[in-house]
Amino acid sequence: MLDINNKKLIKNGYRITNKRQITALRIRVPGGSLDVKYFDIIKDIAQKYGNGKVHITTRQGFEIPGIPMAKISEINEIIHPILIGMESEIGVSIHNPKTGYPAAGTRNISACIGNNVCPFANYNTTELSKKIEKLIYPHDFHVKIALTGCPNDCIKAHMQDIGVIGMVLPMYDSNRCIGCQACVKNCQKVATGALTIVNYKVKRDHLRCIGCGECILKCPVLAWTRGEKYYRMVVMGRTGKKNPRIAQTFMEWVDETAILKVIENLYHYIDQFIDRSLPKEHVGYIVDRTGIQVFKDYVLKDVYIGSLSKIANYMSFSGYGHEKSNYF
Amino acid sequence: MGYSFNISTFNNVLRELSADYIIYAPVKIFNKGVFSDTDLVTYGQIKTLEDIEFEEKSHFSSKEIFFPITQTLFYFTEDAFSLPKISPKKIIIFCRPCDANGIQRLDQIFLKNGDLMDNYYNELRKKVHLFVLECKYSFDTCFCVSMGANKVDRYSAFIRRAGDTVLCDVSVDFEDRFSKYGTYVNMTPVFIESNDIKVDIPEKIPKSIFYHKLWDEYSERCIACGRCNVVCPTCSCFTMQDIFYEDNPYCGERRRVWASCMIDGFTDMAGGNSFRKNKGERMRFRLLHKIHDFKQKFGSNHHMCVGCGRCSDVCPENISFTACIQKLNQAVQSSDQRGLKS
Repeated sequence: MLDINNKKLIKNGYRITNKRQITALRIRVPGGSLDVKYFDIIKDIAQKYGNGKVHITTRQGFEIPGIPMAKISEINEIIHPILIGMESEIGVSIHNPKTGYPAAGTRNISACIGNNVCPFANYNTTELSKKIEKLIYPHDFHVKIALTGCPNDCIKAHMQDIGVIGMVLPMYDSNRCIGCQACVKNCQKVATGALTIVNYKVKRDHLRCIGCGECILKCPVLAWTRGEKYYRMVVMGRTGKKNPRIAQTFMEWVDETAILKVIENLYHYIDQFIDRSLPKEHVGYIVDRTGIQVFKDYVLKDVYIGSLSKIANYMSFSGYGHEKSNYF
Repeated sequence: MGYSFNISTFNNVLRELSADYIIYAPVKIFNKGVFSDTDLVTYGQIKTLEDIEFEEKSHFSSKEIFFPITQTLFYFTEDAFSLPKISPKKIIIFCRPCDANGIQRLDQIFLKNGDLMDNYYNELRKKVHLFVLECKYSFDTCFCVSMGANKVDRYSAFIRRAGDTVLCDVSVDFEDRFSKYGTYVNMTPVFIESNDIKVDIPEKIPKSIFYHKLWDEYSERCIACGRCNVVCPTCSCFTMQDIFYEDNPYCGERRRVWASCMIDGFTDMAGGNSFRKNKGERMRFRLLHKIHDFKQKFGSNHHMCVGCGRCSDVCPENISFTACIQKLNQAVQSSDQRGLKS
């Protein structure tokens, strides 16, 4: 029998399965966008070492099951073009790409298809995924991040430790407006009712506006056009056994630099306060202990807050529990 | 008279003209497209030749320059009114032949439509001088040749850009400005002689077509957004708005604002009646106006539509105007009149 160091194996991107000596490899696909040339490598591993199948993971990676643990070093050599192309080339520091993934704690950054394809998306989710991957990978902390192009949240950013939602500041040229009310009616029906008609022209209530860009999409005359790109960050969403809950808005109308800095700072916060008796701990539980103010002190360090930006003073989390002893 | 320029000498002409003229042309505006990280090609003010977008069709036509989307007709207080000021500068528009013909159609509606001319339109329109841009190729939705709007014979200048060379055929009004910086050449304007799309417009359309089932699919497909109207170089409808200022409702202004025959409310009347409630009827009204009613009313030798194809370009539901014309043509040609609803 092979002598397997489980912790090393897991950190290498493989998992402990329900069959002894049999593992599954997880391929990271930052932003869920993969050059199809890597399909050949994935296919070859699945056919030669695995059971001929691949599982498409919920985080947009590929999991290749049925691999004998004895073949791990061989497989690590085979996947090295994926590590170079998907990680090294976007700036991730990979010490030796022929020894496989250097960490698995920080999960693959998932993203909706973004403005490369989707008309609703307010930014390029693929590009931002790469920037975040470069910033936080490899790392052992269990952090889940997802990016979504607009508040439709197709990627389920609300179920992540950090969810980034695209916003756009709508710019209104009243001289172009023909008063058709397409934007007003649509905002009322599908968004937040932030628009009203005054004297045949449109007024936007900035506090209600979620920057989804629907008004821009609906306007036939381009009276509404795209202004600056902004982001909303929702934090501490989670699934899991103890207390699943949906993420809440931590900041909105912030720029990309602020998003990146907060994510970077988050790791310092976790390092300071994580419960090291557990194999992993979602950041939301840490915030439950430290309180939102301490969280803010850490993650907002050196973050530039623009004039439009809003930071939450209070976040109402509920989620649901099970009224069992571990709750108290 | 023909003149040849390089980019820098042509820019000298533009700089000199800009003293007396506001100069508009198709321009590409970075990141102003409807979708994120896309650009918008539309008419905007230019300073140099490099500002002009030669390769792509503009999203909107040039009509908003002299037929503003929102135009204040007068301001009023309790017992007095005054007219808005108009810039003393004249206007140059660089546009393609279809748009130049579109302007001629608008002239018909606003200036030669009964005994009175529309003074607001006329005041801006008479400032406009057209510099027609030669089309090197036809875009995929263009059908200007079918509409006879591929050519234009009246212009202040006709412009061909070939790499770093600009060739111009210039009318007498602008001769001195161009001859100062250009070298004399022979230049004959070239027009698009064939489009990928060709449409057959039925000469006589029976009134029974009103009730044909061909319009029904548009009631299902059209979302009544009005994009086809606002991008059309020949749509001229407007509505009136009386504004009472919020801070002091004893003062205000009367405006006219573009209106669209496809959008809800266009045919609403006092008392609550509304014609053309369903979108198929609106499609029928718009289409027949463009390729039948206008020509019949004015007895002109051309239809209202100039075949620029913008209505097809911008329709979010992918409705093709030319496909609809073809369906109409087939319906008219089919002798047994199948499809007529009783």
